[in-house]
Formats: sequence, structure tokens, C-alpha cells
Amino acid sequence: MSRVTFTIDGKTATAEQGQTILKAAEAAGVYIPRLCACKDLVPHGSCRVCSVRVNGRIQAACVQIVTEGAIVENESDEIREYRRNIIDMLFVEGNHFCMFCEKSGHCELQALAYRFGIAAPRYRYLYPKREIDLSHPDVYLDHNRCILCGRCVRASQDLDHKNVFQFVERGCRKRLQVDGEALAATDLRVTDEAVASCPVGALMRKRVGYAVPVGRRPYDEIPIGKDIESPGEE
Amino acid sequence: MKQATAKVTGEICRKFGNDRTRMMDIVLEVQARFGCVSPDAMEEIARALGTHRVEVESVVTFYAFLSVKPQGRVVIRLCSDIVDWMKGYEEVAVAMAKELGVTMGETTADGAITLTRTPCIGMSDQAPAALIDDVVVTHLTPDRARQLVRDLRRHLDPHQLVTMVGDGNNAHPLVRSMVRNNIRHRGAVLFADFVPGSGLRRALELGPEGVIREMKESRLRGRGGAGFPAGMKWEMARNAPGERRYILCNADEGEPGTFKDRVLLTERTDLLLEGMAIAGYAAGNATGIIYLRGEYRYLLPFLTNAIEQRRERGLLGRNLLGRKDFNFDVRIQLGAGAYICGEETALISSCEGLRGDPRNRPPFPPQHGYLGCPTIVNNVETFCCASRILVEGAPWFAAMGSSRTTGTKVLSISGDCRKPGVYEVPFGITARELIEMAEADNAGSMLIGGPCRRMIGPERFEGRICYDDLATGGAIMIFNRARNKLEIAEHYLDFFIEESCGHCTPCRVGLILLKKAVHKVVAGAGEPSDLAGMRDLSNFIIRTSRCGLGQAAPNPVLGALENFGDLYSGLVTERKPGLLPEFDLSKAVVDAELRAGRQSKYV
Amino acid sequence: MSSKARIATVSLAGCFGCHMSILDIDQRILQLADLVEFDRSPINDYKDFQGRCAVGIVEGGCCNEENVHVLERFRRQCDVLVSLGDCAINGGIPAMRNNIPLRECLEDAYLKSPGVYNPAGTVPNDPELPLLLNRLYPCHEVVRIDHFIPGCPPPADAIWDALVGLLTGKPVAPVYNRLKYD
Repeated sequence: MSRVTFTIDGKTATAEQGQTILKAAEAAGVYIPRLCACKDLVPHGSCRVCSVRVNGRIQAACVQIVTEGAIVENESDEIREYRRNIIDMLFVEGNHFCMFCEKSGHCELQALAYRFGIAAPRYRYLYPKREIDLSHPDVYLDHNRCILCGRCVRASQDLDHKNVFQFVERGCRKRLQVDGEALAATDLRVTDEAVASCPVGALMRKRVGYAVPVGRRPYDEIPIGKDIESPGEE
Repeated sequence: MKQATAKVTGEICRKFGNDRTRMMDIVLEVQARFGCVSPDAMEEIARALGTHRVEVESVVTFYAFLSVKPQGRVVIRLCSDIVDWMKGYEEVAVAMAKELGVTMGETTADGAITLTRTPCIGMSDQAPAALIDDVVVTHLTPDRARQLVRDLRRHLDPHQLVTMVGDGNNAHPLVRSMVRNNIRHRGAVLFADFVPGSGLRRALELGPEGVIREMKESRLRGRGGAGFPAGMKWEMARNAPGERRYILCNADEGEPGTFKDRVLLTERTDLLLEGMAIAGYAAGNATGIIYLRGEYRYLLPFLTNAIEQRRERGLLGRNLLGRKDFNFDVRIQLGAGAYICGEETALISSCEGLRGDPRNRPPFPPQHGYLGCPTIVNNVETFCCASRILVEGAPWFAAMGSSRTTGTKVLSISGDCRKPGVYEVPFGITARELIEMAEADNAGSMLIGGPCRRMIGPERFEGRICYDDLATGGAIMIFNRARNKLEIAEHYLDFFIEESCGHCTPCRVGLILLKKAVHKVVAGAGEPSDLAGMRDLSNFIIRTSRCGLGQAAPNPVLGALENFGDLYSGLVTERKPGLLPEFDLSKAVVDAELRAGRQSKYV
Repeated sequence: MSSKARIATVSLAGCFGCHMSILDIDQRILQLADLVEFDRSPINDYKDFQGRCAVGIVEGGCCNEENVHVLERFRRQCDVLVSLGDCAINGGIPAMRNNIPLRECLEDAYLKSPGVYNPAGTVPNDPELPLLLNRLYPCHEVVRIDHFIPGCPPPADAIWDALVGLLTGKPVAPVYNRLKYD
């Protein structure tokens, strides 16, 4: 198959026809930050963390197909600023209390904030009122931490061949909903890909928290994306 | 009860072939039948359609006219657009609420009547207006509102409220509405005489390629507002691989201040249906769908009948004009109260029975649209223009308008003017000329294109209506000098927050934060850097949002900042040391003071 | 008064964990003593300011009227104000009540919770008790904050880096593994 040539931050690279900018960059050793995009899942284009400037326009790299001669900006001040904005917004939209969250150190949202050196969000916290669903014997769903990335929705449908999750309502009232009165009434299993797909601490396995000591968790010492930027260094 | 619900719901599903893609029709009918789509009904729909309850819930909770919880037997939706406010919304709302004994959003204790509000229902030229179920009432006053409520309480039949009918087809037995057309100016394209079939006949002479050539030569651009060249769109769909094609008519005119499609739908029905058939012929092997906004449900019987009549005359259905293998039929898809469905990919989602979430582009609809097939989505007016272009020829059309925007435009003018209504004018007309035509004395600002564009002041009134200058999908709102522009900006920011689909972060969260920033400044707690912050946040939302809604939503604020900047800057001052002005200790301790029965010693 | 820069610290709606972390700079506390003089702080137990300070360090957010009063005083007395730790920045554990009406909070805590022994059925209301706010406010919602050091508690190294940076007028970007939210 013929390949297309593009540049990202001035570096020339080639990509497969039809490949997304995010994947093409990844293959070229360039990490484009992302949250709603996840290996094996159809891209969603919702979090917008992967926003890049392509031939002058801001596009979500996870859904945008790379074209011949495309000029992609991934590391400019402008793009950094936009990404930082989005990360800040996701923090203030929910109730993210990292100090007691079992996902801390494993959380992709937190890891991105670390990577961007964010000491505090620049916006006021919205402190929304959200529910926690503890009904399931092995899994809990804490809406306080949900960032509406839709990874569990897609993983449940496409990988688990179930339909446990979907979004309901719209706008700022949009939220994750389960297919039943509560999580226990669904056919979700703790081994489902949907559970593992959550980038934050919204969908969590019970009774396994805090298993990895502080200092040895995935993002304690190594920034998220490092594996893409310098593979094999870990 | 539960079984009865299941039985009726099951029948409704069967009526639509238990087809998952007809979900909108199904839930709308269940809603009409039971006043809600209850969890039991959702369960039954999911079972019948072979899907999951949460999928049904996802659709039902997306649309404003659908509800999971029971509503009154009659629902009054008072239009709360800014123009309605200017014409007395608040007094009418108070009168209605008082007469009903409820507050906004509540249902009367006997479960009979729900009072709620809704964004622009396409009646800005006869505001304040309301939808009572699917009956439109216009020119409301507090007295009329009270009388309506009293009458309604007696018979609970909104149709009995219509005692006087409007002009044109508003008086048609299948419409019977008090809505008036207010056609103030008839131009050469849309409101000229038209013989049904004449455009289609010419199309058959030209052949599909010839039709596309004609369309391209006319340089007709989409009338919905974005202005994409129609001929190019048609050609892309024709050339895209695929067996079936779809012609979608966007009759979801939700942009506040727009109502011209409502008039075209009743008065130029043939022009529209013929334009769709011509597009179908050009695209090849196509089917048509009119996406009719839920607010215009009252036009459904009339339009259904118009379609049926054209079938009888060989202008729709099978073998059009006797031509073998030229089949083209149209169905109507009703919406259910979602501004975002005017965005073409959201409209497609909704037609497929899904939430009205826009889609990632590319692929674009002409390649991959409704049910994955090549799809042409055009505005009502665009199809109407196409019919006339085929009859009169591209050169005739291209000779009208301005150099880069050919033809005429139908405008909906409303607000502070003596002659609100529908005007067909050539492109290139100035804002000032429109002000004069509509007899707007003392015009201080205008929203040309509705709130998705930036408000302009008198220094821009010499600007021209066309895609390269003052672009508009049809809305022209005029405000006199006394109107509070910041209030208008906040009103429309709220509108966009309410109508956002919530898919992407910048729009879902960013708009809320923008509102907080605006509110802080308006409340007098802002400092100069907050204005720069508002501008940065607005530009961020515009650049990083996925669809046109997010890319337009900060415009009310940006317009006020750019064109009326001193209004905001007059409200901000340099911050003094000490407590932030937006932190109010007296408010923060009020609960505790009440509980403790003592005053804070620090307030 | 000596010419050394003065710093003040306080714990508002916090647990003093951040102050413990200040002490965790270990022997560097001697270096710090060379650099600065402590003004109002739990470390020396001064109850009020002795003079104007170069840096004020605030642990915890504002949960009551007195927190607000103290924070305002810090803002007026300090050139640079630092939010130290998650509670100052986002409210932390005390902010978990932010969605619960105050009445419910108090009734649950003093009357209804399992294990409560309160035969009089009263909620404490001594005039000396500061009135609670309707919710927890992070410090930057009450006064302007110049610098943030997150963490629960922030690592001692992060505090040291920030302090040295602020006192020498050369603030540095946080080192990756010293920027923590837990």
C-alpha cells in the first residue's frame, strides 16, 4: 500500500493511507496526548485533548486522517495552552479528589495534568452533585470521577459485545447511564474490557485498591506518553 | 397498567416495522399517547427493536419534547426567545403561571396542564407566542393568556383555541392555524409563480449531469447559512460509491429569529418537493426525507397531504413524469426539540433514530451520510431555489444578487421594527436598507444570522447581506438603542448551553465557565484581565469544538466584546487587596446564621 | 526586626499534614532558618502577625467565617500568598460536603449518624464556635493566590523547591516527580 508523507513539529514522517494523525504520529515516535482515544476502540473525538493544528486548522488527531503533505503542529505554545485548558476543564467539571482515589498514580487524567505541570486548574471548581453506584459485587461506578470519554461505552459494545453503558441527557447534564436500574442489574462482569478501559477512577474494581505502593505506580516517575516517545527505555 | 403500556407500545413499534432506525417516530408516538416515555415503555421499545433500554433512554433524554416522567395532558411551551421577552414574555408567563397556579416547569395538581418554556419556535414576527401541544398561539397578552388557560381548562383541547385562522395556507383545513405569513416583500425567485412539474421536466431533458452543470453554473450556495455550493454537493453525492442515495431536507430552522422556512413550507410546498425530486434525479436512485422540526408538527398533516397529492400527479413516487426507473419518494421525519439537529450530521443521526449528536467529519454526508449512504442535506430554501433554477436557467439566477453570492435570500426580520415578517431580497442588500424596509426606527444593533453570529452596531449597517460580508441563514433581528446588549448576549449564551449536545469538552464545560466569567463581570466583580480571559476562553471554544454549535456559541459574548466593548469594560475595575469581590461572606454564612440564631461577627 | 525575609504559615480547614511536610525538609530546616524568619505560624505558635511578610503559606481551604477572616489577614500582610496542599487548592476531604446542605451535614454528624450519643439532641452552638460556610471554599475563591503547591501532602522537596524559588525571586517549574495530587 502506498504511504503518505507528512510533517509533525517539523519532523518528516510517513503514514499508512487512511491512518489517523494520532496513530501516524505514534508510529513516528511522537506522542499526542489523548484521553477518549484508546487502543482497540473506535475513535470518539470528544475530549479534544489530542487537538493539533493541521494545515492551519485545529483538528482532533484521533479522528482526523493524515493526508499527503499535511503539516501538523503538536508542540506549539498554542496547542499546549488548549490542552491545558481541556485538562483543567475536566478537573473542575467533576469531583476529582486524588488524595483518596484508588486510581491515583494510574489515572490518565492525573498523569496528563502532571505531564503538563499543572499545579492547580485555572477555573473554579463546579462541585457537581453526582451519584455513586456500589450495587455490583465486584465493580463500582463513581460518577464524580467520570469524564464522559465514552471508553466504557465503546468497550462494552465493541469488545465485550454487551451494551452496559450509554450516555443520557445532553449538554452539561449529559451523564453515563447503565442498562438497568443499577450496575448490579446489568450483565457487566469484573473481567469485562469496559471496566479496564476507564482512564480515571470512575469504573473501578472493588477490593484491589492501593495495591501498588506509592513511588512504583505507572505515572509516579515516568510521564504518560514516554513509552511512545522513547520505546524500550522503561 | 404496565401491561397496557406494553401492549400499546408494542403496537406502535410494529407500525414502524420494529425498525431501530425509526426510533424517533416510535418514541414521539409513545410520548403523544402516554404523555411520557416511561421506563416500562422504554423496556418494551428496546425489546421490540432488539436493542437495550439504555439506548432508548439515551434518545428520549436527548430531546426537549420527550420526557421520561409524566407530563400534563396538555403541555404549554411558552417561547422564551429574546424577541418574545421584548414583546412581553414575562408578563404573559406570570399571567399564565398565576392562572394555572404553578411555576414554570410545573404541572397542575390535577395533572392536566404543564407549563414550560422553550427556545425560539419560529414565530418571532408574531411574538410572544407559545406551543400548546402542537397548536401555535401568537400575539399573546396577559389577558389573552389568562383566557386561553381558562378555555383550555374547560376542554383540554388546544385545537379549540384556534378561533381565527391566518392567511394563505394557514387557513387550509389541514393546518387551521392562527399563524400569519407576514410576507412583506416578494422577490423574483421564491415567491414568483411556479407550475408544478416544470422544473422536473426540464431536469429530465438535461439529464442528471446536465442538472448538476446547471446547478453549478447558477452558483447557488446553501441557504442554511454555511453557504456550501449546492451543485458541488450534489455532484459529490452522485459520484460517491454506493447503491442508494438520500436527499435530506433540513426543515429544522432552529436558529432563533428564523421563520422563513415555515412560510416556504406552507406557501411554496411544491417548489420544495420538486427541488428534492430534482436533487434525487441528479444524485440517482435516491429517497427523500424532510426533517421537520418538532415545533412545526402542526404542519405535518398538510405536508403529508401535499406529498400524497404529488404522488397522485406523478410528481413523486414511482415512474415520475412517466419516466421508467425514475422513482423518488419522500417521508417526513419529525424532530423533538433540539437546536443541534439543524447541524447536518446531527440531523442525520436524528433521522436514524439516534441522539442528535453531530458526527466526526470527514467523512462528509455526500460520501457517507444517512445509513452510511451518500446523502445530500440542503435547506428548504435551497431546494426551492433549485426548482426555479431549472425552470429559468442558471444565467437568470446568476445574474441576481452580488458578485460572489447569486440569487435572492428569504429573510425573517423581527425585533424592534414596525413590519416584522418575511422578505425576499436580492443578495447584496445592505443592513441599512433592511432597517428601512422593516421600518425600524432607532435601530441600535442587529443580529444578522441569529445568535450564532456576532451582533453588529450602526457602524456596520452599510454592510451587505452575502456570504462574504454579513452572512445569514435568514435571521435578521433588530434591536433599538435602549436594548441591553449584554443581557441579550447572556440570554443566547444560556441558549447554547441548553442546546449543546455535551459531546466535546470545550463546548460542554467551556460554555459553563464562560457564563461564569460573564456573570462575574456583569455582577461588577470583574477586573480588566477578566475581559481578556473571556476573549481567550471564547476563542478556545470556537477553535477546539467539534461542530458548528461550539464554534458559534461564544459569538454572543465575542460580539458584545468586539463591537460594544465599552459596555463590558465599563463594568470592570482593578482589584483591591483583601477579599475577592465575587466572594460574599454574608451569603456564605446565611445558612449557618439561621441555624445558629446568631450573626457572623465578621460580616 | 532582622533583615531576613519573613514567612507566615497557617492551617485553615486542613489536617496539619502539610505543615508536617514542611518539617519533612529535614536538616534543610537549618538552611531555611538562615534564609527566613518565621512570623505568625503554628511552628512558633505566634497568634498574630509581627510585621509584613514576604511569603504566606496557607494550608486548607475555608470552611468557616474565621478561616475567611484569617485568610484575608494573610492576604493583606503577605506579599506572596501560597496555597499549600490539595485542601487549599480544591477543598480536599472537607469539600466532600459541598453538595450537602449545611443542615443535613450537622444533623448527620451530631444527631443521626450511627453511634452518635447525644441525649440532649443539640447541635453545638457555642458563641465561640465560628459559623460554618455553606460550603468549603478553596483559598483562591476567597482571596488572590499567587502560587500553588499541590499534594496530600505536597512532597517536602516540592515545598523546598518552591520556597527557595520564591525567596530568591527565581520561581522554578515543578520537577515531574515532585508534582503530586496525592
